[in-house]
Amino acid sequence: MIALEKRPEPSRLWRAATPLVAVALTMLAGGAMFAALGADPVAAIRVIFWDPLFDPSFAAYARPQLLVKAGPLILIAVGLAIGFRSGVWNIGAEGQYIMGAICGAAAALAFYPAETRAIFPLAVLAGAAGGLAWAMIPALLKVRFGTNEILVSLMLVYVAESVLASVSSGLLQNPDGMGFPGSRNLAQWDAVANRELVAGTGMHWGVGAAFVAVIAAYILMSRHILGFQLRLSGAAPRAARFAGVTPGRVALTCFAISGALAGMAGFFEVAGPAGQISIDFGSFYGFTAIIVAFLGRLHPVGILLAGLLMALTYIGGELAQLTLGLPAAAIQLFQGMLLFFLLATDVLVNYRLRPRRREAA
Amino acid sequence: MDLATIQPAILIASLMVSSTPILLAALGEMVVERAGVLNLGVEGMMITGAVSGFAVAINSGSPALGFLGAAAAGAALSLAFAVLTQFLLSNHVATGLALTLAGLGLSALVGKPYEGMKAPTLPKLDLGPLAEIPFLGRVLFSHDVMVYASLALVAAVWAVLRFTRAGLILRAVGESAEAAHALGYDVVRVRVLAILFGGALAGLGGAYISLVRVPQWTEGMTAGAGWIALAIVVFASWRAGWVLVGAYLFGGVTVLQLNLQAAGAAVPVALLSAAPYLVTILVLVIISARGLQGAPAALGRSFHASG
Repeated sequence: MIALEKRPEPSRLWRAATPLVAVALTMLAGGAMFAALGADPVAAIRVIFWDPLFDPSFAAYARPQLLVKAGPLILIAVGLAIGFRSGVWNIGAEGQYIMGAICGAAAALAFYPAETRAIFPLAVLAGAAGGLAWAMIPALLKVRFGTNEILVSLMLVYVAESVLASVSSGLLQNPDGMGFPGSRNLAQWDAVANRELVAGTGMHWGVGAAFVAVIAAYILMSRHILGFQLRLSGAAPRAARFAGVTPGRVALTCFAISGALAGMAGFFEVAGPAGQISIDFGSFYGFTAIIVAFLGRLHPVGILLAGLLMALTYIGGELAQLTLGLPAAAIQLFQGMLLFFLLATDVLVNYRLRPRRREAA
Repeated sequence: MDLATIQPAILIASLMVSSTPILLAALGEMVVERAGVLNLGVEGMMITGAVSGFAVAINSGSPALGFLGAAAAGAALSLAFAVLTQFLLSNHVATGLALTLAGLGLSALVGKPYEGMKAPTLPKLDLGPLAEIPFLGRVLFSHDVMVYASLALVAAVWAVLRFTRAGLILRAVGESAEAAHALGYDVVRVRVLAILFGGALAGLGGAYISLVRVPQWTEGMTAGAGWIALAIVVFASWRAGWVLVGAYLFGGVTVLQLNLQAAGAAVPVALLSAAPYLVTILVLVIISARGLQGAPAALGRSFHASG
């Protein structure tokens, strides 16, 4: 038998190594799953992790997509991770993302068909405000009434989806759309289109914002007193209270940051890759970002790498659907497995495996 | 709008049917939480149960086997959670979320070939003359066996937790794992068994959606029922009887909003379809404002016996 023995302090080596081990284990287990589905496991893993970047016939399309997909994931995950490290569980980023997209698009469409680029920053702010406002609901309820923020933020995802369905065939419906549900196409309207900053790279404004968020979050969490207070309340809530950090303020701060970032991500998506508000705008990014946050060790730089890796599984997954006929759900399960293996191997950070000694009689 | 189309007897009867999945899942989760474990993977286990139950029922032609398969699948998925949280000491919240995400993916994958099929459904239990009683017969005595089984389970869980030694041990583990350990009880074993029980019940609840309530398989069909079940446990202050009240209350809201939609009420459809979630939030606020009572003291804390 093997027993766990607590390490005197967490292992730095394993902290960095467990994500890699988890990825390797996921490839093994995922390969077994692909084999069970009748695909060649080695080919499937190669199509998912290698071909999007290096296969000449796909790379031209797939490489820019890497940033397009990673942008929103990183932007949302950076915000969520700040909360997770502070013991604040915002699970409803998907809802904040949807509300951000709706508010940003609504603010922009109020000026239609103006042609000034000044609308774009305004709409980005409106998107951030929309996500922030939606995130304030669970935060304020928690602070005022002690309501569980996990359940409330999650319930609000379903409410946001109802709102999305309503506005895409109501308030925001394209008046020239011949009755089809869905808003005007924002990506084709020069004033608010979220264009590529560098042509052909997939690097749009949202990806830029994600990079800025990574740097800002790093400075906040490692170099700023507020970041220290947040981490303190996550690691030792009682000690934090004695040090004068109020739990309510921590919850509000974390929800404000993560909500605003998720909302912003929503607007960048609707003004760019998605193009319009429609019933199927919700993309599960808000949930996948939770995996990204943990895979990145709740650290901004880790999240940057994890976001790129997760984006790769999205693109590789699409490619595997096309070339190998693997179902889309297999990729979703693959991503879920990754989080599982990561949590399973995490034990090595704080504990050491020892063969169990025979108990003295 | 024509409110006359809404008949109270049918409304209450369909309330019981639509509440049963949440009732089963919430009851299981209540037992898990009483053992000090917070499993946020209810949604994932429910949807896995829904798809497994549906697939087994179609392939075997027997809804009873379907329910058994669903319970087994829910328990199997919860075993992953048990291994991670009890042996590898992972964070309960994160692991529960992982379970939900993986369950959603797994169910979509398994369920693809079954979309659009029709499963054999549970027959109504023939209770003879009882079903002929006006009003009461329609409300109480015209259901399938799972509705009665879920009610019996509520009574059984209540009795076991309150009157038996096993229930006492389970509660001790949930209130103070250290104390239970010091008394010589195997904390990890008790918790693993509780988690498996919760998984099996969540699986049954999911199968009730896909085999009786809808009855069909569509991707993501549990639509947050697992999360509502978690909220109901909080609402119920971790007591079996109140889980029943909570589940029927939420079932009632769901049925009523569907009926209002059908009757063409002058309320926006978006507001009606969001109603169950909004009511959940509202109830959570009211319950929390009063101060949380009855939460197991060791809820969500990992236990590792050192030395």
